Amino acid sequence: MFKSSWTYHEAPESTDHIQIKEQYELYINGAFTKPVEGKYFDTINPSNNQKIASIAEASKKDVDKAVKAAKKAFKGWAALSGKERGKYIFRIARLIQERAREFAVIESLDGGKPIRESRDIDIPLAANHFFYYAGWADKLAYAFPNRKVKPVGVAGQIIPWNFPLLMAAWKLAPALATGNTVVLKPAETTPLTALKLAEIIHDSGLPKGVVNIVTGAGATGAEIVNHPEVDKIAFTGSTGVGKYIQNAIAGTHKKVTLELGGKGANIIFEDAAIDQAVEGIINAIFFNQGHVCCAGSRLFVQESVANVVIQKLKDRMETLIVGDPLDKNTDIGAINSKKQLQTIENYIKIGLNEGGEIYQPNCNLPKKGNWCAPTLFLNVSQSHRIVQEEIFGPVLAIQTFRTIDEVIEKANNTPYGLSAGVWTQTGSKIFHLTQKLNAGVIWANTFNKFDATSPFGGYKESGFGREGGLHGLSSYVTFD
Amino acid sequence: MSRLDIHKTYKLYIGGKFPRTESGRYYAVKNKQGSLIANMCLASRKDFRNAVVIARKAQTSWGNASALNKGQILYRIAEMLESRKEQFIAELITQGEEAAKAKNEVDLAIDRLVYYAGWSDKYQQIFSAVNPVASSHFNFSNLEPVGVVAIVAPEEQSLLGLISMIAPAIVGGNSIIVLASESKPLTAISFAEVLNSSDVPAGVVNILTGKRAELTSQMASHMDVNTIVYCGKDAAVIKNINELASNNLKRTIFYKKNDWTSEESQSPYFIEKMQEVKTTWHPTEI
Repeated sequence: MFKSSWTYHEAPESTDHIQIKEQYELYINGAFTKPVEGKYFDTINPSNNQKIASIAEASKKDVDKAVKAAKKAFKGWAALSGKERGKYIFRIARLIQERAREFAVIESLDGGKPIRESRDIDIPLAANHFFYYAGWADKLAYAFPNRKVKPVGVAGQIIPWNFPLLMAAWKLAPALATGNTVVLKPAETTPLTALKLAEIIHDSGLPKGVVNIVTGAGATGAEIVNHPEVDKIAFTGSTGVGKYIQNAIAGTHKKVTLELGGKGANIIFEDAAIDQAVEGIINAIFFNQGHVCCAGSRLFVQESVANVVIQKLKDRMETLIVGDPLDKNTDIGAINSKKQLQTIENYIKIGLNEGGEIYQPNCNLPKKGNWCAPTLFLNVSQSHRIVQEEIFGPVLAIQTFRTIDEVIEKANNTPYGLSAGVWTQTGSKIFHLTQKLNAGVIWANTFNKFDATSPFGGYKESGFGREGGLHGLSSYVTFD
Repeated sequence: MSRLDIHKTYKLYIGGKFPRTESGRYYAVKNKQGSLIANMCLASRKDFRNAVVIARKAQTSWGNASALNKGQILYRIAEMLESRKEQFIAELITQGEEAAKAKNEVDLAIDRLVYYAGWSDKYQQIFSAVNPVASSHFNFSNLEPVGVVAIVAPEEQSLLGLISMIAPAIVGGNSIIVLASESKPLTAISFAEVLNSSDVPAGVVNILTGKRAELTSQMASHMDVNTIVYCGKDAAVIKNINELASNNLKRTIFYKKNDWTSEESQSPYFIEKMQEVKTTWHPTEI
């Protein structure tokens, strides 16, 4: 009913100013280097499944070269004064800001996320992250009272495809500020902005070998995890791989931080500001196509307002624009890869087979590319797989509740513990809930907010360690 | 006519009670001369699992107890230990310690409890933060207990090492299951009597005696344990613990030191290691 009365003209972001090479090499020891075995893979635009560029595939030998370069660079980088280290990182922050629009467009091309998000969230936050940690480099003594801090050494960092540049920033900035050197691997479906970041790092004059960027899939990541001269692993991705990593590095000297999956509970009480809450629920699950580890993918609505909230949600979903990621009006872009689309579609089938009641708005999905309509499921309970397992797509499972104790019990009844949301106008209820919910990040009357100064990370099987803020420093230091 | 001594039966400490091991097994602890000091309960994996269930239940209310209350309870433990000082010195000597060292160890153990009692309402202020986010939100990060912690206590300094593990864990609101020194377990169970008379709620501290080789892997693999602490140097055991801990992404903490007498053996960082950081956001604009 809304679609007929509201139409939007196309408003695509220009790609004229974007420079993408046909082929990208590895960035090792300050030079763009061809892979030893000469293998390349394609990076695909998920909105039309066309190839964008060829990307070098790093083998064991390439990873070894990168780790050795990082190890060689470590002594000099760690010995550099914090003030000078910080100045390099400030430079990187500024260079990202200068090229922000270019990065935003490439992020949306390569990963499928709406330009509105990459332009307003991903890229500015990435620059802010470098800016924030740059300032810590010469102030570390104030972060750890009564202790002497030292860098860990060579950090192997493996990042996901949902926020490619932002996750690179989350990993690199604190590692560099504390004096570590890095081998970073972006995800195989979204390597471009990390490789463009390599250009920026090169332009910044950062000493060679301090940051090395190797591209490839899981096998390349495993080479980093298992390399004996890597001193620290930082991984963001699935809980399954996180468990593999903790197991694989058992018995080694490696430190580890893991930022893993989630199944965030978003709880709306009858005394919430309902319209605001509905906006928050939409943002919680459909932000970045639901490819968000902290997504509010489980909605708990207090029974007395369930009908109202669900109707408003459905109405709001009707107005969501699914389509061209580069269009400034787009709310929901392309699903990141064919493989991920299959995963999501499979979960939707499971939801239906287990008796869930599905709702999807009438939206015309583009013919080519990977697309999924925003989806919600009613008539599900705690035991349903779509309630328990992370889908990593635009699929919301809705349950109702009557009492506070009941919803706390249900919200916490999951192996995950990354995020949760609470919607109520009652202050004491907010604090009661935020204390009782077992999650590393709690959003009250808001959702999916991020900031360089704000620590992020999970309880339980959502991983360990924090990224961002003062607490994000401790992942990259050791003590005398 | 000389009077015959009454020997104490050493049992486990689970849920505020002193049960025997469900397995009915024992192991003999002997002195240097080879004569029997005591038959200790040889705790089974089932004993450990039972203790986890009890610890999990106890953690909720202990975690919610006020910092002031937790601090006073820790101080109370110190008071109780002080009043039974001679008994613990004698027990350490029975276990083979020299008299001067035994006295020093008990003194330090009492002082360590007082030290952590004092941290109870302060460590949060050291490790929390109000984060100046760029958007219109009030944002803060504070610490919460990780939950249930399984601890393999130091083998040497059986009282001081044990207390150096227990105090930072519980002052931070965790409940624990601790495996006492295998070769010197008497003081651990006598310390349980101190705990039992110090207003520490039942189930917050559970103490087992038994074999490391039997129980460590169970402690590392249990799905309802959030953190495992292992005091020791055995590389193969450390590797095994990390492998098993990955089942549920348990946090692992290893202490390889033998000497718990130094100043460096206590700090708020021992508390912090068994905490999670929670960050909360709320809008500041209407």
